[in-house]
Amino acid sequence: MPQVNQRVLPGFRLSLGFTMLYLTVLVAVPLAACFITTARLTPAQFGAAVWTPRAVAAYSLTASAAFLAACISAILGSLIAWALVRYDFPLKRYFDAMVDLPFALPTAVAGLVFSTLYVPSGLFGRFLTPLGIELAYSRGGIILVMVFIGFPFVVRTLQPILESLDRESEEASLMLGASRWQTFRHVIFPSILPGIVTGFALAFARALGEYGSIVFISSNIPGQSEIAAVLVVNKLEEFQYAEATAVATVLLTASFAMLAIINRLERWSRRWDS
Amino acid sequence: MSIIAKNIVKQFGDKVILNDVTVEAPSGALVALLGPSGSGKTTLLRIISGLEVPDQGTVQFHADDITRRSARDRNVGFVFQHYALFRHMTVFENIAFGLRVRKISEAKIRERVHELLELVKLPEMADRYPAKLSGGQKQRIALARAIAPKPAVLLLDEPFGALDANVREELRQWLRRCHDEYHMTSIFVTHDQEEAFEVADKIVVMNKGRVEQEGSPAEVFEHPANAFVMKFLGKVNSFQAVLQDGRVLFGNVEMPVGANQVIQTGNGKADVYVRPHELDLGRTAESGNCLRGKVMHINPAGSIVKVRVLVEDFGLVVNVDISPERHRQLALASGESIFVSPKNAKIFEPDYAI
Repeated sequence: MPQVNQRVLPGFRLSLGFTMLYLTVLVAVPLAACFITTARLTPAQFGAAVWTPRAVAAYSLTASAAFLAACISAILGSLIAWALVRYDFPLKRYFDAMVDLPFALPTAVAGLVFSTLYVPSGLFGRFLTPLGIELAYSRGGIILVMVFIGFPFVVRTLQPILESLDRESEEASLMLGASRWQTFRHVIFPSILPGIVTGFALAFARALGEYGSIVFISSNIPGQSEIAAVLVVNKLEEFQYAEATAVATVLLTASFAMLAIINRLERWSRRWDS
Repeated sequence: MSIIAKNIVKQFGDKVILNDVTVEAPSGALVALLGPSGSGKTTLLRIISGLEVPDQGTVQFHADDITRRSARDRNVGFVFQHYALFRHMTVFENIAFGLRVRKISEAKIRERVHELLELVKLPEMADRYPAKLSGGQKQRIALARAIAPKPAVLLLDEPFGALDANVREELRQWLRRCHDEYHMTSIFVTHDQEEAFEVADKIVVMNKGRVEQEGSPAEVFEHPANAFVMKFLGKVNSFQAVLQDGRVLFGNVEMPVGANQVIQTGNGKADVYVRPHELDLGRTAESGNCLRGKVMHINPAGSIVKVRVLVEDFGLVVNVDISPERHRQLALASGESIFVSPKNAKIFEPDYAI
């Protein structure tokens, strides 16, 4: 009996094949290479490479800065998305377009611009440095650029969710006697929370991997203001390839674990969605 | 608590949605706002609820002018056409919401929610999320949620519009019971005249931002104030008749318009309306006052038999409702010749004629 093709669009095999090829060539092979190179090290060598005080300092700086930055991105991005969706104001379209700028701008440029602005003689630094706020060549600067590259993810994930929010359920809340704060806290916020979590995860993952802008705004002092990605590059420059890949492997594994946890969290936050 | 919306005017941009509308719902009544889409009925309901503010006019609950009072403080239950349940809350939490914001004790909340779940016959659904419910179940939960804080006024915006016919039927009965049991004053919006007649104590017919007529279902149906109400409240046949010295003639058939209806003296043209059940069919032209026609279609399904007749002399199709007994007597078949005689007809002042 001849098989009847009931799919609406043809080309299942072609598109699946392409997907597999793409994932293999661009994702799986480089990642595998990373693990294979690392596997050349003995466990003792691996331990010595990834658990030096310098490396540990780099991990904890990267993770804590990325986490803080993702938190700030989540709040800032939510506010921006809310303003863009809920209100009409002049030049709104241009503000909306500007959100995408960090996606397109080479991050090295962003790093340079930020460090120029925040050095003690810079446009902003001139006023902030006397107040004790030093953003150039400091940890604060690292968080600043991480927010810059991270918040668009939150805005763009949240916008469609806010647009599709059921206005009538807000009215229902009002009719049931809820205050504006209660309506936000109990009706609006839980509906957009999954979006915020997704946006947070994307911003966090992006911040973990950021290199280009941070290398410019941070002083990159080992053990102090050197993030993990910079550590990897510095190791490479010292021709310690195996150690560099070992650190990269740790970063990769940690990222995967983090994404898995956040995925769980996100699913939990939309458990009510059938 | 009685509700009075007095001289309400509402414009959106330069579009007049409500043009000096006055509607009153006596305490304890179930009132239907009936009208086609764009008649302003939903806007009027939202003004009474406080979700919209009128440009002019006042809203009174009992003797209190509440025009400027926030929707939140009006103690009004509101049911939306598309349920507007909180998707991220269980059925229990949805119903409890209005009680929680009032800071009622947990024990009392549990008691009240379970009582309401019994009332809507969905006690086993307490822990489900709305996404798992059918449309009819969602609307029952929405009703339970609306009446949980014991509002004195219940407003419903096309509450059954999105539901299947049989579910709608069931929920109408249920709404009526619920209204009676909780002693509320209720207003509901509908475009379905059958729904309005089925449950309401009072019907307000609206069109183009005005009230066309209000009254009890019987009053409105039997004595429509104008051609719009006549046409909107059910199927109707219209005849372009000629006025001749106080007589209303369609061809050479005299339309029995009744003594109490206004008939222009002198000659002219006028539309005459006859409901399908006010026409009779006969095999012979015995009374003389009848139109010759041909049976086009017979629909015998239902408690009345609906017959479509083509009046050949005027190229006019008329709908006639006859009883099944009469249908059996006449033994009609498609294509046969038949005589149609009007038993009762209505004519309106020309200002209202459409």
